[in-house]
Amino acid sequence: MIRTPLRPLARVLRARETGENPDLIERENRRLRQEAARDQARGRAETRLLAVALLFICAFVVLGARMGLLAATAPMELARGLQEDISSARADILDREGRVLATNLSTHALYAETHRMVDPEGAAQELARIFPEIDAQRMAARFTDPNRRFTWIRTRLSPEQMQAVHDIGEPGLLFAPREMRLYPNGRMAAHVLGGASFGQQGVRAAEVIGVAGTELFFDERLRDAAKTDQPLHLSLDLTVQATVTEVLEGGKQMLNARGATAVLMDVFTGEVISLVSLPDFDPNNRPPPPTEGEPADSPLFNRAVQGYYELGSVMKAFAVAQGLDEGTVTPETIIDTRGPLTWGRFRIRDFRNYGPELSVKEVMVKSSNIGTARIMQPIGAERQQEFLRKFGLLDTMPLEVAEAARARPLLPDRWSDLSVMTVSYGHGMSTSPLALAAGYAALVNGGRKVTPTLVKQDRVQAGPQIISERTSQQKRLMLHQVVQEGTASFARIAGYPVGGKTGSADKPNPRGGGYKKDAVFATFASVFPAHEPRYVLVVTLDEPTDTTGPEPRRTAGWTAVPVSAEITRRVAPLLGLRPVSLDEANATFALGQ
Amino acid sequence: MRSLLYLCTALAVIALAAWAYRENHLTQQAMNERRALEREIAALNESLSVQRAEWAYLNRPDRLRELVDINFSRLRLVPITSMHFGEIGQVAYPMPVARTQVFDTIELSGEIEQLSATTEEAQP
Repeated sequence: MIRTPLRPLARVLRARETGENPDLIERENRRLRQEAARDQARGRAETRLLAVALLFICAFVVLGARMGLLAATAPMELARGLQEDISSARADILDREGRVLATNLSTHALYAETHRMVDPEGAAQELARIFPEIDAQRMAARFTDPNRRFTWIRTRLSPEQMQAVHDIGEPGLLFAPREMRLYPNGRMAAHVLGGASFGQQGVRAAEVIGVAGTELFFDERLRDAAKTDQPLHLSLDLTVQATVTEVLEGGKQMLNARGATAVLMDVFTGEVISLVSLPDFDPNNRPPPPTEGEPADSPLFNRAVQGYYELGSVMKAFAVAQGLDEGTVTPETIIDTRGPLTWGRFRIRDFRNYGPELSVKEVMVKSSNIGTARIMQPIGAERQQEFLRKFGLLDTMPLEVAEAARARPLLPDRWSDLSVMTVSYGHGMSTSPLALAAGYAALVNGGRKVTPTLVKQDRVQAGPQIISERTSQQKRLMLHQVVQEGTASFARIAGYPVGGKTGSADKPNPRGGGYKKDAVFATFASVFPAHEPRYVLVVTLDEPTDTTGPEPRRTAGWTAVPVSAEITRRVAPLLGLRPVSLDEANATFALGQ
Repeated sequence: MRSLLYLCTALAVIALAAWAYRENHLTQQAMNERRALEREIAALNESLSVQRAEWAYLNRPDRLRELVDINFSRLRLVPITSMHFGEIGQVAYPMPVARTQVFDTIELSGEIEQLSATTEEAQP
């Protein structure tokens, strides 16, 4: 910068010549210099002010944004009680009417901090007195073990036991709060619910995890922290379930059966209203898995879902339906039933001789093996498999219990022409009672496939059409005729027309080869009301014997049918079905033809 | 003039500080209250779930069936079957109620003594 002198010589000389005062020049220059300095200082101050203002604006914006954010976020409630990594929360399970099937109850677990104990031996003695299963000496050894500072004693305490432990007055005995899974209905629906136990344990809480059934299948959903206050609604109806259990238990005892199952399902929604498998267990105190004997005889085994059995003649309904649907036969077509039907060295016989020929309808009503085999013969293996696959009978039938996925149907290794015939009347291929119920539902509901479900639904399943509406109509009438004229006459009950098909399958010999003598698996698959089916009921009894007659009778007509009829008689009013006369049902059938 | 402005500002700052202090305390108080309420809600929820479980346990179908059996002589409850349904035609019409016929009515008017006495008492 060029500094301007205060008294520039040139101007001073010129001023002197003109007679002006040269001091004025100096003053003028001084003024200019001062003004420049002032402007500079002002500029600097302004910059500083601007910076400070910016800083403040930034701070206010941050504060304002934070306030806005706080005001905009939804108020959040702190979780109940103390927070810990382990969450013991688990949603309730309710039936379709909102009655409790599984809930939680607060209780306490007992543990000991051994270094804080005053009198370990005395405490062990006292504990053994309160809990009979505790061995005093073993417990004392655990308390006095120098390597141990901490030990669990019991996972669950009742309030009385807790008070008794309190009264010991031992400072080293401590209580840990626990949520316990409670099944207030005891054995009811045990196989559906499964059971629960403790997972990760902490002093403040313990995880409650499902170990079987829906508890295991929906474990994540039930433990989801966001949904613990939303109960899971199952499709079961507690009242119906109780009635079915009561009747089935009575039937099982009276007929001396090894086991029994019943599946009651809505034919349109696929909702399983009741699922019973006997023998059962108490999910509050789930027994350990069996280590010896047949696993299928264990109470833990869910016969309806895991039990894939050869079910016998009930499968004839599918063979006849295929014949009708593909147009190879009509209900009036005459079938040659002269027996025995020889195929290689294999012979197919009927329960008794039904004469040289029967119509397709009579084949169903009288349950002729030869007749069904002859209907199926021209259709062949490929189309038979395709047909059964559409009903879901060749694959695992899905259901919302953990066990469902583990079981698979047994199918013929090589689907020969002989297999076609044996499968047509229910041998050489195994099916679970649940899958059978789903299959029958599709047969009678107008031909739409249904997948069984245990979760309450609010709409009809719109499955693919697998047989025509007309075939479905014909099947309804045929199943009704089986009850009215054929093997299932015991299923005639006042007020509720029933349709169904019996099946008495010889049980395969577990030691390989052939079938057992005098041991059958009796099944009755029924639908009601027969003219406008709403529900399908499958009842199976394992090795039943009716000893009321002069000779023991084992066929389903004498065993499974009466039990199933009693269930229908009791359950149909509970399901809100209006009783109808037989004439009314027949009128509906006549209208459909 | 300027000193008045300073005074006002100082007063405003003091007032704001007092207000902020009060708000702070109110907030803390509200938070304490909320914590207490939460604890109470948790306790009530717990007892509610216990009651619900107990209700479900007392209403389990097995027990109800036993109770029905025990009290059969008094209640006479049987399982519902199709025989318990009726048709709408079976429901009887209500019996016509017999009405008394009134003949030769007369009109009466006058003062009821007791009533007028009480009204007078009510107005001292």
